[in-house]
Amino acid sequence: MSFFMEVLLGGLLAGVMYSLVAIGFVLIYKASGVFNFAQGSMVLFAALTFVSLLERGLPFWLAFVLSLLSMLLLALLLERLVLRHLVNRPPITLFMATLGLSYVVEGVAQALWGAQVHGLDLGIEDTPLELGGLMLSRFDLFAAGSAGLLVLLLSLLFNKTRIGLSLRAVADDQLAALAVGIRLQRMWVLVWAVAGLVGLVAGLLWGARLGVQFSLSLIVLKALPVLIIGGFTSIGGAIVGGLIVGASEKLAEVYLGPLLSGGIENWFPYVLALLFLLLRPAGLFGERAIERV
Amino acid sequence: MFYQESGQFSTRYRQDGRALRLWQQRAALWALLALAFGLLPFIGNDYWFSAILIPFLVLSLAGLGLNLLTGYAGQLSLGSAAFMAVGAFASYKLQFLLPGLPLLLSFVAGGVVAAAVGVVFGLPSLRIKGFYLLVSTLAAQFFVEWLLTKFAWFSNGNESGVITAPPLLVAGHDFGSPAGRYLLTLSVVLPLFVLAANLVRSSLGRNWMAVRDMDTAAAVIGIPILRTKLLAFAISSFILGVAGSLWAFTYLGTVEPHGFDLSRSFQVLFIIILGGMGSILGNFLGAAFIVLLPIVLSILSGSLLSGVLPAGQLENLQKIIFGVLIILFLIKEPDGLARLWQGWRARARLWPLRF
Amino acid sequence: MSETVAPLLSLAHISLSFKGVKAVTDIGFDVAEGEICALIGPNGAGKSSLLNVINGVYQPQQGEIRFAGRSRRAMQPHEAAVAGIARTFQNIALFKGMSVLDNILTGRNLASRSSWLEQAFRLGRAVADEEAQRAVAEEVIAFLRLQAWRHTPVGQLPYGLQKRVELGRALAARPRLLLLDEPMAGMNREEKREMSQFIREVNQVFGTTIVLIEHDIGVVMELSDHVVVLDYGRKIGDGEPEAVRALPEVIAAYLGQQRH
Repeated sequence: MSFFMEVLLGGLLAGVMYSLVAIGFVLIYKASGVFNFAQGSMVLFAALTFVSLLERGLPFWLAFVLSLLSMLLLALLLERLVLRHLVNRPPITLFMATLGLSYVVEGVAQALWGAQVHGLDLGIEDTPLELGGLMLSRFDLFAAGSAGLLVLLLSLLFNKTRIGLSLRAVADDQLAALAVGIRLQRMWVLVWAVAGLVGLVAGLLWGARLGVQFSLSLIVLKALPVLIIGGFTSIGGAIVGGLIVGASEKLAEVYLGPLLSGGIENWFPYVLALLFLLLRPAGLFGERAIERV
Repeated sequence: MFYQESGQFSTRYRQDGRALRLWQQRAALWALLALAFGLLPFIGNDYWFSAILIPFLVLSLAGLGLNLLTGYAGQLSLGSAAFMAVGAFASYKLQFLLPGLPLLLSFVAGGVVAAAVGVVFGLPSLRIKGFYLLVSTLAAQFFVEWLLTKFAWFSNGNESGVITAPPLLVAGHDFGSPAGRYLLTLSVVLPLFVLAANLVRSSLGRNWMAVRDMDTAAAVIGIPILRTKLLAFAISSFILGVAGSLWAFTYLGTVEPHGFDLSRSFQVLFIIILGGMGSILGNFLGAAFIVLLPIVLSILSGSLLSGVLPAGQLENLQKIIFGVLIILFLIKEPDGLARLWQGWRARARLWPLRF
Repeated sequence: MSETVAPLLSLAHISLSFKGVKAVTDIGFDVAEGEICALIGPNGAGKSSLLNVINGVYQPQQGEIRFAGRSRRAMQPHEAAVAGIARTFQNIALFKGMSVLDNILTGRNLASRSSWLEQAFRLGRAVADEEAQRAVAEEVIAFLRLQAWRHTPVGQLPYGLQKRVELGRALAARPRLLLLDEPMAGMNREEKREMSQFIREVNQVFGTTIVLIEHDIGVVMELSDHVVVLDYGRKIGDGEPEAVRALPEVIAAYLGQQRH
């Protein structure tokens, strides 16, 4: 039983990181209706910038601030060069544009900082910690804590500030938001930059775990089932979805994997997401609009 | 390009429904065919066949497969490579299990198996739309890759999963030479293009586009939505399956799952975005672009930019250029190279007087 | 219309709600074969919802639909099309990426008898079948005077013409019952006159029964044999145009707000 609990908790903690990537998705989707496939490349770009600055001798905080600024710059360029020109296009077109974007961001990141694997040490030892008879990873707990803090910050931003109010207005009805004088383009930059911040945190946590390398951009593929399960428009859904995916894929790998000769982590979340889709097409927390004709 | 369509009137519906309505267009096509079959095999060199023409043809076919599904029927897919892999492995396995099975028939059979797999992963399309459908096609992508790598049965117990394709014998004739492989590929690809061009102008093709443009209205006029979508998945996957077989048999010469990973799916998607969604010609244009761009870039970096560009940067540059072009096309010309081509033709017709 | 002939379409006790909000409450009326029936009422009265119930886009929670002698709890869109119901939409629902001809040809999809394999190989029935459908589509094109735009993508046509193409797509199916949701919305007088003419001709030449939603009361009075008035999802009037016009509830709810 305690083995089961350990696997479950390990999975849940890994799921926190999926949630982080998914939250970046949800933010952008809500504010601009873009299904941002480039979220994974943004994670890569942020982490790679951070670790490269660190390696060049910059202090932690400065590297963090500069990486954040680079994400802001990315958001500005993106709005100016891409989003602005794709207003009112079908969602599929926007999605494909972000596919192209992911290629650009990955290419630029690797051209700037090289393609080798960078080690990243956040100063957290990854030693097991005994808690109530269960062995847990200290690092995973730290990661979950940081993610929790970030989510708290975001919810404060959205619920307690004027910017948050405008953002919610944009998410609710773009035309109405425009009509009351909210500057849509500025909101887009803001939300992409916030998604960049979320990406940076996710990138640091993942990077400390696996090394900062190209494969970071592939976690976007894990975020997709998370979104399907949680719904595209709910941050809470993204968190719960991440936890479900994290826990179930670990459990499946441990208990189901041996029967299927292993390695099922890659596709299991997708099958799970498909089941969810067939049973609850709008996700756990998403809203499904009535189709009017 | 400087021909006029004046004086050519369709006097029968059959003439008006042709894919190429003008005699000049048809003559140009026949000339192109004569060139491809009659001249190229004799004047091309091995590099041209192996590095340019064969991948160009196979990728055009793969583009066609995805274009039927995405460009015509409006169902987005990121699983093209999975269906290619199914085709390749099924062809190989059938060749192995049924010795003496004619090569071309095993291509067709590989396509049929891919079609069946495509239908399975297309089933959720009844209930889910848009990018939700990505989940189903990505599930196909990862599941098929996993299946083919994990279970040695598919690669006949070969540990690495890489197997050498059987010799290319058709009716006792060996098509193993580069020119032979080119001819074999061409003779498989072209008929499939003709069939697809027929289909998209038929009632099934119109039903596909109707479902793509507005599925509620399509249902109201009596188009069976599920059947139409599943046929799109089946036919698209069939073509992708055949393309996969060709990729393994005539291009690589080996059958291996790793050639059919997610980045291959992206590549096929890029072909149709650049070439033009909902266009038959666009698949050729997009594939030509995808095959030629890296070659042109490496030649350029070898001469013009030599010394300026470090060796490892070429791949990054290529990625950036692809990404930028995709975004640029989506913004400026969502209908891709095929539309640009039409535009040039229309302008050439008016040249030099722009009225 | 003699009283002994069963109506072509008969709705009984139809109720429809969305997430608890009632759109249509306990509505029933008959449409006789060959008549033009107008549904009128203020915005939000449930007219479009009712059309959507008739051809199966919405499934009502209660009620019964009887069409051409067959009674159903609810229609399915495909079932309705097979039974011979065609329609147009309030916000044009054409296939924007396709030409006028192709749009109209999609209306023939139920009549197509060849399989997709025959179509791919242009074998067997496929060629003759395609020509037969084309011939019907061309009749429709000629009837609606759309010849000049045959190969134009519908997305490039002006609004009024798009409305006409949508009517064409519905006509191509040779329906028994034609549902028109605000066929003249947003049109100028000339276009309205033209569209009314087309509707009347469809009714007279092909004998098609028509149910239409229209706001222009002048057009309704002139065109229809039978008027049903809705208000807040309930039926408040049903009868011949002149009789309905005189009903006090109708004047209060609807006509009273209009200036003539």
